[in-house]
Parts: sequence; structure tokens; C-alpha cells
Amino acid sequence: FSALLPKEDRVNVCSARVPKSQILTLPELRANPFQHRICHVFSTSEDGDDSMSFEDFLDMLSVFSDSAASDIKSHYAFRIFDFDDDGTLDRKDLEKLVNCLTGQGEESRLSDAEMEQLIGNILEESDIDKDGTINLSEFQHVVSRSPDFARYCGVWQ
Amino acid sequence: RDCQQADIKDLSGWKQWQRTSGKSLKKVLNEAKELSSYLELWRHDIHSIEGKFGTGIQSYFSFLRFLVLLNFIIFILMFSFVTLPSIISKYGIFNSSIAKVPPKNTEPHCTVYKPSSNEGLVYFYTYLKDLLSGTGFLEVTSLFYGYYTIDAAWLSVLSYNLPLAYLLATFAYLALSLLWIIKRSVDGFKQNLVHGEDQFQSYCNKVFAGWDFCITDLNAAQLKHRSLLYELQTDLEEERLKQKIADRTMKEKLRIYTLRIAINTIVIAVLSGCFYSIYRATVFSQENTNVSIRHDIKTDTIGAVQYLPSIVITLANFIAPQIFSFLIRFEDYSPAFEIRLTLMRCVFVRLASIGVLLFSLWSHISDFGQEMYKLTIFDFIIILAVTLFLDFPRKLLVTHCSSVKWCGLPEFGISHNVLEIVYGQTICWIGTFFSPLLPAIATVKYFIIFYIKKISLMHTCKPAARPLRASSSNFFFLVVLLIGLVLAFIPLGISIAHISSSKACGPFRSFNTSWAVVPDTVRGFPAGLQQVLHGIASEAFAVPFFMV
Repeated sequence: FSALLPKEDRVNVCSARVPKSQILTLPELRANPFQHRICHVFSTSEDGDDSMSFEDFLDMLSVFSDSAASDIKSHYAFRIFDFDDDGTLDRKDLEKLVNCLTGQGEESRLSDAEMEQLIGNILEESDIDKDGTINLSEFQHVVSRSPDFARYCGVWQ
Repeated sequence: RDCQQADIKDLSGWKQWQRTSGKSLKKVLNEAKELSSYLELWRHDIHSIEGKFGTGIQSYFSFLRFLVLLNFIIFILMFSFVTLPSIISKYGIFNSSIAKVPPKNTEPHCTVYKPSSNEGLVYFYTYLKDLLSGTGFLEVTSLFYGYYTIDAAWLSVLSYNLPLAYLLATFAYLALSLLWIIKRSVDGFKQNLVHGEDQFQSYCNKVFAGWDFCITDLNAAQLKHRSLLYELQTDLEEERLKQKIADRTMKEKLRIYTLRIAINTIVIAVLSGCFYSIYRATVFSQENTNVSIRHDIKTDTIGAVQYLPSIVITLANFIAPQIFSFLIRFEDYSPAFEIRLTLMRCVFVRLASIGVLLFSLWSHISDFGQEMYKLTIFDFIIILAVTLFLDFPRKLLVTHCSSVKWCGLPEFGISHNVLEIVYGQTICWIGTFFSPLLPAIATVKYFIIFYIKKISLMHTCKPAARPLRASSSNFFFLVVLLIGLVLAFIPLGISIAHISSSKACGPFRSFNTSWAVVPDTVRGFPAGLQQVLHGIASEAFAVPFFMV
């Protein structure tokens, strides 16, 4: 953490905040398509500039480590995927999510028809109360049966 | 944080040591795992292929890598148990006894060559011809069966029974191949099961848990993006097709089924045509070479006649798949099923053509080795030639000559390529019994083919228009390989057990059949061991054992 701070602030590590641009240089975040969302979710900054203090940093690392409980992981994953921060995953969120997954750039996106089909399928599989959005409990339910979730979200060393 | 630190101080010295050693052990294990994955052959190449062309094509290259390793291990096996002792004995390090050939009733089956004249160009020509067809100077090297004349090698008190070793090494490599393939296909099968079970949740799994949070390298991230895109597109495509199939009206169904029956009849006709021509070609070529064997001297038969079976087989294997892949477009299956059906048909052509070849060569067992060697070399040459002379010029034409653009760039035909290598592998398995160095040739051949195919893929092919899923294809490739292996068992089994081994050359000269080595050796064991072995071999025990 102290390596990310500018030199003059290293003295008071426990109270300093690292700006978002520095956080994004971390190797684990550099290539991650959800980097901005991760910074936003874990940052407790009142200015909304997504800077992180040492506590925030620790929070982030502990959630992504091996020993975190799976409902904590799924809770944070839900917040990361919720692009508009409204507490549910609606079609817009899902669309942004899929676009993040398939990469930036025009040729690496699904066509509109494919996107519709995909979102329809996702909602069909996970939306239990059929309200067109996925809330936290539905998300946790789906993710608990997913074999890959624990594997992928849990091995930051 | 402060609480944790206080806790640590409270723990006794032993527990602290346990903790730190636990942590460092974990670290060491992780680093060892990372290192071993670096040692994996071609890891980077296959990863980049996966990113650019999808997991379907990547599974082909992993399959190729598996075969290189398998052949290498088989070669090491045969070399250390069979070739090495022979070579060492020939240099007179151990005392060895050569099997006495019973003087009467032998037809000297092993051919003798009249010394060829050493004039420059003719010498070169015969050298090349022999290299390509396994005759001449190659026949008496350790490449072939005839070299292994040592009966037993003595190393102080222990005797190394070479014929037995030869036979056992054959069984060993067959068993090894079988077990390894089964192990790999079980892994693939498990994946299939899991995948199948979660069908109803597969989209959520892919989208919510699709990103690997451990990726730190930008290139790796790019690759992951692309493979995710391919996977999602494949799934959606398959779903659309299923929907389309379910929506078919009765009239459409009728039309499609009659079309399929008609096409299947055409396919059967094509197959019978191929097999008949292979049979005729082999018989013709054997007749022409036999004429000269009667005089114990193999004269210089016209090159083309000797290679005729190989040429015909290669032609049949080249044309038939093209016909099949043309026809299957009319049958309107889903892409995964299309690939499988074409693959099955092509499998049948390729493997059954080897069967037909062996059937027509039935009584000339010593020629098996040569024919297999010829087929291997020819296969390799054809692959090289097709890549050099068909794919690259096509790419040049398409990029520079706009009028030919309708032709388009070639797509990487997975089934065609998989068949080629399964075919080559079956030949290698059958041929290794008759020619113990064949696995080495196969290893080198597949090694070179990997690079040729990769270069051809990167430079001349475009990504498949219909993206394809690999996991089920992977399992299917292994099933096809298994079929090839089982097919290889049949001629080997029959030739070992029933066909009388040639009396003039080879390691089994003093036995009636190759299998006879085993009962002979068993008789030499102490009586108690013999009883045990008889018990194991008796049917009551063997059948349940094999079932398990």
C-alpha cells in the first residue's frame, strides 16, 4: 500500500488516501474489466473521487482472498455488478456487465439480438420473482450454485 | 489488525512456527505449480491460438501435443527394452545367443539385395527410393523387425530374453496408450457431465463468474475477453438452432429426412468404391513385387507400383472427406452434430482403409512393417505438400487477385485435421510391432506438423464462421482415437497369436507363432509360479478382472 502513496504522504500511512489512478496500477486490477467498479465499491471517500484509504485497501484484499466467506464475496460481487447503484441488477446493468466481459471495441461486442437473447436467458435462469431484475438474494442463490465463482474470485495472494 | 497482532504474540512458539511453515509451504507449492506449467510444452502457443481462434481449434492443438508426448513415451519404452539391448549385444558387450534356424522347411523370407552399383546419380536415386519406401538399406537396420535376431542376452547370471521383451513391450505400449486415453477421456467426460447438469444455469455461470480475477497481464486479458465472447456466441447460436429445429413443420421434417437417407446412400456408395480400389491396388502391387521374390532377389520394380497402395489410400483419404463435408451441408444439423457426423464418416474411411490394406496383405506379414513405414512417410509428405502448395498460394491469390475473392480464405477444418492425426497414430500403433523405431519417427513427424499447422493457421486461415465449443469435441476426439487403438489391437492380436512368424528373420524365428514365446518362458519358471500364472490366466479370474 505504501508503495502506491506519493512520497510525502508515506509518513502517515494509516490515514492517507491513495487516488484512484494509483490504485489502478496494481497488477491485479490493471487488466480487470471491472476495475472502476471495484474502486468505487470499496472506496469510502466522501468526495466521490474513489480514492482508497488503507482500511479500504484491506477490505478489498480480504474480500478477494481465499478465506472470505462466499456470501461476503457474492455480496460485494453484486455491488460491483450493479452499475447504477440502485440495489438491483436490471437489463441495463446486465448489458454493461456483458460488454465489460467481452471487451472494449466494436468488433468484440455481441450484436443487439444476441444481447437480448442472452439477457433474456440470464433473467430466466435467475429471476425467481419474475420482476425483470435480479435482487441480492436471487443473485446469491444463483452464484451459490455456480461452480466457477469461488474459484475465480478467491485467489488473490 | 491490532487485535490480530496481539493474538499472534499470545500464541506459543510452536503454534507460531506451525503458522509460518504452513504459509511458506503453501508458497512453495504454488511456485512449484507455476514452474511446472511453464515446462508444459507449447503452453504459450496453444494459449494464443485459443484466444484468436477459439477453444475448438485449441483442443485440436492440445490433442496434437498429447500425441507427441504419447509417441515419445512409447518410443522410450520400445527403445530401452528392445532396441538398446539389441544394439548393445551386436557390439558384443554381452554374450548373446542367436536363435538357431532349423535347416529344413525354411523359405528364406528375408530378402537379399544384390549389391547395387555405386555410380553417383543412380546411387543417390536408390538411396532416396529406399528411404521413402523402407526397402534396401533400411530393411536391415534396427528400424525393422528383421534386425532383432538375438535370442537371449546374458549378463552374468541373468538372461534377458529378447523375444519375450519384444512381445511384452508391445503389450506394454498398447496398455499404456489405452490407459492414458481412458484417463484423459474420463476427465473430459466428467467435465461434460458437470456441464450438462448445469445447463439450466450455464448463462448465469458464464456471465457472473466468467471473469478470472487473477489475470494480471493485458494480453491474457485480451485472450480471455475473446474466449468469453466466443463461448457466449456459441451458446446463443446453439440455442437458436435448437429453437429452429423444434419449430420445423411436418412437411419440412419429411423433406429433410428423405434428403438425409439419400445422402447416406451416396456416402455408402463412395465408401465401397474407395475400399474396392484400395484392395485392387494392394493386390496389384503385391503381385508385381512377388514375381521377383521367387528368385530371392528384389529387383528394381517400378517405383510407382511399389507405392501404389499408399498413393491410393492417401487419395481416398483426401477426396472422401471433401465429398462428405460438401454433402453434410444439405443435411441441416447443428454445428456440433455436423462435425461429429462428418468425423464419424471420415473415421470410417480412414481406419477401414487401413483394415482393407492389412486384409489384402494377409500372408506377407513381413511386409506389414514396410507398408506402415511407407504410409507414415507418405502421410507426412502429403500434409507438407498440401499446406505448402494449396494453402499458401490460395492466400496469395485471394489477397492480390480480387477476381478470385469468391474462393475466400480456407477455414481450419477441425475434423479433417483430427482424422489425419488419428490415422497417423493408428498406423504408428500397428506398425510399432513390426518396426520398433516407428514411434520416434511419429514423434518427430507430429512435432513438425504442429508448427506447420500453426503457421498455416495464423497466416492463411480465417476464424470459423460458426464458433464451436471444445469440451465435447475434445472428448469426442479421444473417443475416435480410442477407436483407432481398438482397431490396431485386431491385426496385432491376430498376427501375434495366429500367423506363423517368419522363419528367416525377426526375433521369433524359433517359435511357431509370436505368442509362443510366452508359454515357453512360463514353462521355465518354478512350478509354484507357473501354477499362479495359470490360475490368473484361467477364464474364471480373467473375465471379472477385466470387467473391473
